[in-house]
Amino acid sequence: MSPHLLVTILVFGPLTGAIIAGLFGRRIGDTASMAITTGLLFLSCFLGWVTFVNVATGAWQHFTVHLAPFIDVGAFQSDWSVRIDTLSAVMLIVVTTVSALVHLYSWGYMADDDSKPRFFAYLSFFTFAMLALVTAADFMQLFFGWEGVGLASYLLIGFWFKKPTANAAAIKAFVVNRIGDFGFALGIITTFWVFGTIRFAEIFPQVAAHARQGWEFAGHQFYAVDLACALLFVGAMGKSAQFFLHTWLPDAMEGPTPVSALIHAATMVTAGVYMVCLLSPMFEYAPTAKAIVVVIGAVTALFAATVGLAQNDIKRVIAYSTCSQLGYMFMAAGVGAYQASMFHLFTHAFFKGLLFLAAGSVINAMHHEQDMRAMGGLWKKTPITYAVMLAGTLAITGVGIPYLDVGFAGFYSKDAIINAAYLAGSQGSGVGWFAFVIGIVAAGLTSFYSWRLIFMTFHGTPKWAHAHGDAHGHDAHARADAQVETHDEPLEHGHDDHAEPHESPWVMLVPLLLLALGAVVAGAVFDNAFIGEGRDAFWKGAIFNLGKPMLAEASDLNPYVVWAPLTVTAIGFAAAWWVYILNEGMGARIAARKGPIWSFLYNKWYFDELYDATFVRAARWLGDLFWKGGDQKIIDGLGPDGVSAVSYALGRRTGRLQTGYVYHYAFVMLMGVVALLAYGFWAFARGTH
Amino acid sequence: MSGVGLAHYLTVAAILFTIGVFGIFVNRKNVIVILMSIELILLAVNINLVAFSAFLHDVTGQIFAMIVLTVAAAEAAVGLAILVTFFRNRGDIAVDDASVMKG
Repeated sequence: MSPHLLVTILVFGPLTGAIIAGLFGRRIGDTASMAITTGLLFLSCFLGWVTFVNVATGAWQHFTVHLAPFIDVGAFQSDWSVRIDTLSAVMLIVVTTVSALVHLYSWGYMADDDSKPRFFAYLSFFTFAMLALVTAADFMQLFFGWEGVGLASYLLIGFWFKKPTANAAAIKAFVVNRIGDFGFALGIITTFWVFGTIRFAEIFPQVAAHARQGWEFAGHQFYAVDLACALLFVGAMGKSAQFFLHTWLPDAMEGPTPVSALIHAATMVTAGVYMVCLLSPMFEYAPTAKAIVVVIGAVTALFAATVGLAQNDIKRVIAYSTCSQLGYMFMAAGVGAYQASMFHLFTHAFFKGLLFLAAGSVINAMHHEQDMRAMGGLWKKTPITYAVMLAGTLAITGVGIPYLDVGFAGFYSKDAIINAAYLAGSQGSGVGWFAFVIGIVAAGLTSFYSWRLIFMTFHGTPKWAHAHGDAHGHDAHARADAQVETHDEPLEHGHDDHAEPHESPWVMLVPLLLLALGAVVAGAVFDNAFIGEGRDAFWKGAIFNLGKPMLAEASDLNPYVVWAPLTVTAIGFAAAWWVYILNEGMGARIAARKGPIWSFLYNKWYFDELYDATFVRAARWLGDLFWKGGDQKIIDGLGPDGVSAVSYALGRRTGRLQTGYVYHYAFVMLMGVVALLAYGFWAFARGTH
Repeated sequence: MSGVGLAHYLTVAAILFTIGVFGIFVNRKNVIVILMSIELILLAVNINLVAFSAFLHDVTGQIFAMIVLTVAAAEAAVGLAILVTFFRNRGDIAVDDASVMKG
């Protein structure tokens, strides 16, 4: 099979599955829809790995398949195309692998759901949109994929559409992403305006020539490339849930857990990172935009890690963890270590997908309970879930031995990011220092909240023993806070049959084990290719660096820097051990005291409240103004309502003329006849004269 | 001029017509009286037609009078039928109570 045909099948396989399951799912039945979508996804996954191996080894050159024209307006040319280079090949295996495993996992997780074809159709459609995004050869197809994954995300967050909270979360995700997309669209327009084309292959060679193009304003020189990159980054902020536009991601956990794993951890939310790396030829010439990327990324990493400390919902903790790791990726991209950024994206997809799916397994085991305070001591009941979650936690906290270069996946990628930030800082970049310090602090926090999750869920005294003693365990839990109350996934699960937590079926455990394998070895296997000696041969120019890539060699770093991440990770682990194992109940006591810091973190830095007080209220006020003042008073008042009121009043008055007595009508008729005759005689008499 | 001339006929017709009109307007009791009044008006018109026909030696007026009589008979039949139904529905045929068309 030719490479062109192969990658075309790879991209359109999931779309075929989505169409079949989506349109004919009811006719062909649940099992057939699930088998078709999952089978096509595994085919795509296989083809994805074939593509990746061929591209990575250099057997295939980078190429672009042009399928059909999309938009053809003057210089604004866009094609439906499949662009294959190392960057997109990496994304291909990330997307197809995680998606295939999530499809498989969903056989078990969604077993009790009664609209399985719809779910699998959405999942496959999402995969197609994501593949269209990563293989885009111009901004327009990138935007198409961007909106496609946004749509799939909206549909899947609101999959359980009978839950009002799920609908609200879906709308929130959509609206927040619109803000980002607005920036993205402006960025595309700016790019087109500067370069006169939206094809990547035509833009990238001429960036250097346009680098100094800009305006002088208020004594400052502003560069067009800077502006374009900053606007494009706003889009990335929305999609990748960065600070200011992050609020939708935790709420998106309303969706089914496989969705959270696929969309809100492994693939869609990394689209922003992918875009920044893809546009590295532009960002390299946009120092201001890069600084913005670093600062936003670092702030997000710290912010999300701190909020993660105080959350009780198992999925929300992982959601904030995702947010924080995405911050790391942007930090790396912003300082110029795109390779490290993509590497972290790659390893993160494995261990975060794993953590989410394992959390799904825990939720399944606990009969759709998501509050970690109601768990504890689960490791005996669910040993495999425990083991894979441990692997995921070791990977995300970046456990490994420096200098020996042995460790879990996160060790390679996260340390590379922290080192890159250090290197940038030591070369005189202020934001580099900022990113380095925050990277270290956030690594410690990551370790604390990740181990807190493990300890609260799997260790300590079981809290479910009494909670699930009665048939309706859900209602028995104290639902003091509003945040957790709505998280019950609305599946009938027959509480009476099995009150005890139980291990998940094999169809769920196999994807977990495969992802766990990735979480353990992905770093060690791909370290050399992504960021090590072999990186030039691997990337083959898919990532552009002005000068040397900001990747630290051992000689650039002093031992303190090398050991710092592992040290803070150990401290975080020890702190979590001390709070949640040695002094079990201490966490609950801290929470019960409701101190200012705890409240601040628990309420997510009061972002939702802040946005509610400013944007939501303002929008509502403005809406009220236009609705009640503009529409109801002015337009309706003068228009339809006014006309109808006048006609009505007129009708009422003329209506009173109608007495209803026949003789009145007859009399009026007679008067009419008399008047007519009188006029007739008068006119006749006048005529004869 | 001795004897009965055109003017007498016209006078009688005018009186009959006036009585008919007043019968319609002044009557507050009974719908049947209205029907009778209408008949009076039609008869007045018929007298006019026949009188002019004789006066002008033109038979058209008399033919026309026959047509009017026919129509009047039909109209009376329809009117009485309506009246019967009206009575069945409402229980009486007082004119002052029949004001459903009041606006």
